[in-house]
Amino acid sequence: MTLYFTSEHEWLRVDGDTAVVGITQHAADELGELVFVETRPAGTQVKAGEAVAVVESVKAASDIYAPVDGEIVEGNAALADDPSTVSSDPQGAGWIVKFRLSNPAQLDGLMNAEAYAAFIG
Amino acid sequence: MGTDSSLLHTPLHTLHQDFGGKMVPFAGYSMPLQYADGIMAEHRHVREQVGLFDVSHMGQVRIRARSGTVEDAARALERLVPADIVGLKTNRQRYTQFTNASGGILDDLMVIALEECLLLVVNAACKQADFAHMQDNLADCLVEPLEDRALLALQGPLAQDVLSSFDADAATMRFMDVCMLEIDGARCIVSRSGYTGEDGYEISLSAKDADRVARQLLQHQQVRLIGLGARDSLRLEAGLCLYGSDIDETTTPVEAALEWSIQKSRRTGGARAGGFPGADIILEQLEKGVTRRRVGLLPTGRAPVRHGAPLYADEALADKVGEVTSGAFGPTLEAPVAMGYVATPHAAVGTELVAELRGRGVPSRVAALPLVPARFRR
Repeated sequence: MTLYFTSEHEWLRVDGDTAVVGITQHAADELGELVFVETRPAGTQVKAGEAVAVVESVKAASDIYAPVDGEIVEGNAALADDPSTVSSDPQGAGWIVKFRLSNPAQLDGLMNAEAYAAFIG
Repeated sequence: MGTDSSLLHTPLHTLHQDFGGKMVPFAGYSMPLQYADGIMAEHRHVREQVGLFDVSHMGQVRIRARSGTVEDAARALERLVPADIVGLKTNRQRYTQFTNASGGILDDLMVIALEECLLLVVNAACKQADFAHMQDNLADCLVEPLEDRALLALQGPLAQDVLSSFDADAATMRFMDVCMLEIDGARCIVSRSGYTGEDGYEISLSAKDADRVARQLLQHQQVRLIGLGARDSLRLEAGLCLYGSDIDETTTPVEAALEWSIQKSRRTGGARAGGFPGADIILEQLEKGVTRRRVGLLPTGRAPVRHGAPLYADEALADKVGEVTSGAFGPTLEAPVAMGYVATPHAAVGTELVAELRGRGVPSRVAALPLVPARFRR
């Protein structure tokens, strides 16, 4: 398993050709407590940069983007009842979607933990 | 504009930083969006205890008639607003709007009648334009922006307990009363009013006293600082308009369901009927009705329906009947809350409409405003 980060403040935990995607602690802190999370349905094919989910705080809606090309396998159903899990445990129980990679070579363009730490300064 | 260095600071800037305020640009000022607790917790704290808001970015303006009488200043101001200002008693406050020739709203404001003058509180984003508007139209008055004053709001069910511990007179005031109170040695002009739907006070004081007084108020364990984020969700639940979103130059006070703020004396047949910009249009709307109205909306589900979302008569999303002007998640109701304009035939409380959100329909019911009952001390 390898952990990657994106400049959109998302993380991917990759295992074979599947990845779990969520937002980083930094992003969770910036968004504040979430009140609603909606993921696109399983089976949706997305290109890198397209929305896989929307998260809403009191103040604003934010898209969660596909970091690489692939297919949504599963949304985190627990977030429908308790979207604040994303705020309290963004890199654990607050994961957002499971994703099947269609072009794993795209992972090379993402950051590791060290690079992301430097990116957010 | 745009860079942090160009933003203005209120007299409480250091305090915001000391308390971990997340500062954002707002109407040319660096203002706290929230503090460490976050918007949800701050919102709930105001509904349950007391919140302290810095609203020093708002404009405070003193108007004195050149003749020296307050009544002449009131008569002059009535040329610009549809409210009864002549009839406003000393030490009372009233809500009104500056209107334009087509009946639209240039800004909404509070007017305080003091013994010697009128004091106006206007929106931060409009204050330069308001000042010019008054300079141009109130030649018989001295119009002075009070640049050296701060404005605090103390809001919540325990606000009276806190403020009366500094000056017992705070407890004798009723909603929209104005009183000179002494808070930690500072002479303050205090009104019992606010923008949250809760009981509370708005406190105008010298900029040099503001930091000290705010820190004294925060010594009470029930009092916490509250940012602009919760201020917005509180006012939305309370059904109060945000200038620039819910009201602007294209909406009239009648369309905005603010006709309660136009007293009888200024209406057709009243002692000083009309005489303000757009009076012909506004007075006719009061008698004949309007084609659209501002209403409260309760969307179903949990997804907030926000500013700009179109409203339709039904799920087909074909027959557009209005638009959302403010929408957020309401922490008190733990549900989405919104307001918007809808065509009058669809404006009755209980009407089922459908808002469009990311391409699909969200059933949304027209609801009476306020969406959360007000708890003013009338």
